[in-house]
Amino acid sequence: MKIAYLILLLLPFSVFAADADYRLMIKEHRFQPSELSIPAGKKIKLLIENQDATPEEFESHSLNREKVIAGNSTATIYIGPLQAGSYPFFGEFNEATAQGVIVVK
Amino acid sequence: MFGTAIIVFREVLEAAIIIGIVSAATREVPGRMRWLIAGLLAGLIGSGIVAASTDVIASFASGIGQELFNAIVLGIAVLMLAWHNVWMSSHGAELANKARSVGANIREGRSECSILMVVVGLAVLREGSETVLFLYGIAASEGAGARAMLFGGLMGTLAGVVIGYTIYAGLLRIPMRWFFAATGALVLLLAASMASTAAHFLIQADLIPALASPLWDTSSALPENGLSGMLLHSLIGYDARPAGMQVIFYVTVLAVIGFGMKLAGKTRKPIRITGAI
Repeated sequence: MKIAYLILLLLPFSVFAADADYRLMIKEHRFQPSELSIPAGKKIKLLIENQDATPEEFESHSLNREKVIAGNSTATIYIGPLQAGSYPFFGEFNEATAQGVIVVK
Repeated sequence: MFGTAIIVFREVLEAAIIIGIVSAATREVPGRMRWLIAGLLAGLIGSGIVAASTDVIASFASGIGQELFNAIVLGIAVLMLAWHNVWMSSHGAELANKARSVGANIREGRSECSILMVVVGLAVLREGSETVLFLYGIAASEGAGARAMLFGGLMGTLAGVVIGYTIYAGLLRIPMRWFFAATGALVLLLAASMASTAAHFLIQADLIPALASPLWDTSSALPENGLSGMLLHSLIGYDARPAGMQVIFYVTVLAVIGFGMKLAGKTRKPIRITGAI
């Protein structure tokens, strides 16, 4: 209940959502592009489209993000604001091929 | 096969640790085994349902349904663990003393059991649904390697269960005098760690601000994907790069439940849980 209350209370924050959208694709258990540049110090909205029929889990320890993306669907993840640097991510269900990095400039 | 085993182990480990601690903490509650198994089965069935409806859940609330779902599941578990700890602080010793003559305690024991069932069920639900999706992906895409991969999954599950059971068996060896303080502290840390994870999902959904992100970075000293990092993550909610908001959730839950336990335990010899982290 407390959590639900908090969500309600903090809903106004979501108004300040990201101003630009970025896109990634998953195809044959690979990310396309495998390198994505985003600006430093800004919160961005990342759309990940999984074109495979099987589910994938977008995961990044350095970004502190994890999200399951069902087959043939698109997921939304908010990232940042981040400092300049490179932040690797991977698809946990197909770690051998699904690798990528977000470069913050 | 080995990769599969590791991924499944990672998912199972967290649920197994929660089940190990919670079932040890309720050792004196009559009939708890039946409830534990009921929770386990409900969680497994729920996992299948959640896995099958991943895209429906995800599209809910304009794309942040999955984060909301996880945060709500975790929130309920936190409340249940809080209630358990507060209840144990006032009745635990009493229950232990009359372990064999349950009579009067049966009604209270029952509500304690339903908590056990819900916590176990939710833990299995959350970790299980990801495992189901992962194994489904393998079964659907791999041809010849599928059987080896599924065998890997089985090994991973087994390894996770062994660790959960080791924790359970280890806790039962603690002398009765310390037992409730020890399990109480562990359940308290479990609840705080779940609150921190819930905050993590709400930040990812952009529902709450991250505040300092990360507040610290210990990923080179103690990486989260190493075994000790993984164990610490499941046990006390260790996060190598936590957001400030996660730490706020963690400390708040720790303080609120700790205070509740203190109040509830005032009538008898107080349990010392301070300085746990």
